[in-house]
Amino acid sequence: MGHLSFDIAHLLAGGMVAVSFMLLYQDRMFGMLNAFALHAVVLALSVAWQAYVQGAPHLYATAAIAFVFKAIIIPTALHRIVMRLNIHREVENVVGIGVTMLAGIGLTALSITVMLPVTGSADAFVREDLAFALSVVLLGLLMMITRRNAVSQVIGFMSLENGLVLAATGARGMPLVVEISVAFSVLIAFIVFGIFLFRIRERFDTVDVHALDSFRGDRS
Amino acid sequence: MSSLGNYGVAAVLGVPAVTAALLAMIPSYVVSARLNILACFLAFAAALSLFWVRPEPNNLLLVDDFNVYLVVLNTFVGFTTSVFSASYIGHELENGRLTPVYLRFYHGMYQSMMFAMNLALVANSIGLLWVAVEVATLSTVLMVGIYRTHEALEAAWKYFILGSVGIALALFGTILVYLAAQEVIGEGVEAMAWTNLVARARDFDPALLNVAFIFLLLGYGTKVGLAPLHAWLPDAHAEGPTPISAVLSGLLLNVALYALLRFKMIMAANARALTPGPLMVTMGLISLIFAAFMLYRRRDIKRMFAYSSIEHMGIITFAFGMGGPLANFAGLLHMTMHSLTKSAIFFAVGHVAQVKGTQKIADIRGLTETHPVLGWALAIGVLAIAGMPPLGIFMSEFLVVSSSFARQPLLAVPLVFGLAIAFGALMLRLHGFLFGEPSPSSAASHASYAPVFGHLALVLIAGIYLPPALVAWFQNVARLLG
Repeated sequence: MGHLSFDIAHLLAGGMVAVSFMLLYQDRMFGMLNAFALHAVVLALSVAWQAYVQGAPHLYATAAIAFVFKAIIIPTALHRIVMRLNIHREVENVVGIGVTMLAGIGLTALSITVMLPVTGSADAFVREDLAFALSVVLLGLLMMITRRNAVSQVIGFMSLENGLVLAATGARGMPLVVEISVAFSVLIAFIVFGIFLFRIRERFDTVDVHALDSFRGDRS
Repeated sequence: MSSLGNYGVAAVLGVPAVTAALLAMIPSYVVSARLNILACFLAFAAALSLFWVRPEPNNLLLVDDFNVYLVVLNTFVGFTTSVFSASYIGHELENGRLTPVYLRFYHGMYQSMMFAMNLALVANSIGLLWVAVEVATLSTVLMVGIYRTHEALEAAWKYFILGSVGIALALFGTILVYLAAQEVIGEGVEAMAWTNLVARARDFDPALLNVAFIFLLLGYGTKVGLAPLHAWLPDAHAEGPTPISAVLSGLLLNVALYALLRFKMIMAANARALTPGPLMVTMGLISLIFAAFMLYRRRDIKRMFAYSSIEHMGIITFAFGMGGPLANFAGLLHMTMHSLTKSAIFFAVGHVAQVKGTQKIADIRGLTETHPVLGWALAIGVLAIAGMPPLGIFMSEFLVVSSSFARQPLLAVPLVFGLAIAFGALMLRLHGFLFGEPSPSSAASHASYAPVFGHLALVLIAGIYLPPALVAWFQNVARLLG
């Protein structure tokens, strides 16, 4: 476990946090899809590096799943949905981008202050990975709550799942069951989202989640 | 003996899984409704067999005193709900809210949901537990959105987003628990098996466990519907088909709470980690009091009973948070009674909404004149859920209150306050449902009363006489829970 391998792992995990920030400030739908694809590529590299360092060949499979599904298939499919629904200009933020970025920085600081002291007994690889992974998870959550558009929320949710995969691979020897399930659940989640998006389009001519909020059973 | 037990577990999991695939292919809804009932009954019979023969626990599956009773409860309510569902969907087809194509989908999802919940209950690996809860969530999301109305889609979307976030937080917590275990037990599947985790938990890093438990509490707590994480629950209950509301309230909330309790037991085995009790007591009390007040302002009948579910999950979480043999006993009993009563109420409410053609509380009046049997069934259910003696919920609530008076008298004050507020709200509404001018639109009812009265009879019997064997059983489990 040389210095170099640690540095590279650190760089890739840190790269994911940086791309999460990129996702936060995208104001075009296609820009956001590209940023998400980049997020998945960095994840795949990071997982592959972990597989190499830990000498765990099954992690290569996780890396391949991340690359094929999340960096290629899902962005392409979402791209087509966005084209078909003609919503490529609609990215509405609930709050301004500046505030969102500040909140993101706060969340990153929070996850580092929470995770580093707690994982004192674990080795440095795990510590850094977990702190970064928690930042990615929290930034994904932040993206989900600051965007009104349904497609952006899907992307926020998937970037959150990327953070979970990062955490799961950082934990040495975590059984494959969980990794496959994570990848699988993202796929299912995507299908579900797809169905919902089409239905929403069919019924209301908008995928703006804000428009869905107009109804509450108690007010009618 | 143990190989027979393996067959039992295989049947509990395999029957719903195979039936789900079959049901997706059968076009006739009459046949599939019957097959649905049959499969649920077989799963229930297999679950009963686990009382006598149990498999040896392995790294993936585990049947112990705690989960066997939940598996039986789960499959039993699943069975009665399938009977109710068969009469419910006939009516929905008639008025065109569902089409036969959707029913195929509905039955397939019903069984995959039963499979996922049974799997969550018998899972030993905490990873498998997580996967099962996720599958159960996804299948119920699809069911909630099945009417495809504006409101149903909104409810399903909200449920999906909040449920996914909750489940994601729970996975992060699960990974942290694995990390803590991996330092002590070593890498691999062994470090995810709950039996190993509890046995070795005293050597785990307490700081890591603490952070993990916070994530797990928020994650699975969202699925339990604890305030302030409950926002998905009323919508999902109100807009989905009523059999699904019954299963959500009666079973899925229990499954999520069960997951939380398993992790609480790991925490309790480590003396240096934080005690989860106070956190659970606080969230339970907040849910109870919040939901009790919310009961007053409801205009939709299913939404009102959804808030009542939040209230009762609050009471159960409070009881388990208090801990100790008596409070745990009360919590277990309340979990059972609430499942039975709440699903009975939803069965009745489903038929009431069908005969009155509305879910609005203001339009449901004078049931005793127009539909006496249905009206009185609903009345007994509401009296039971409000905690009137001699029904079972009175017993369990009384035990929760008396154990908190004995241990922490100050906590009993807000508890009793919340119970009284909720009681008032339910009585106020019940009067409107039963008496007064009957509302004009009143179709004839062709309901099946067996599930409703079956459940209510069990609740009544449990309130009057609990068999000593059952008491001993609950006491044993309560000790296990610590």
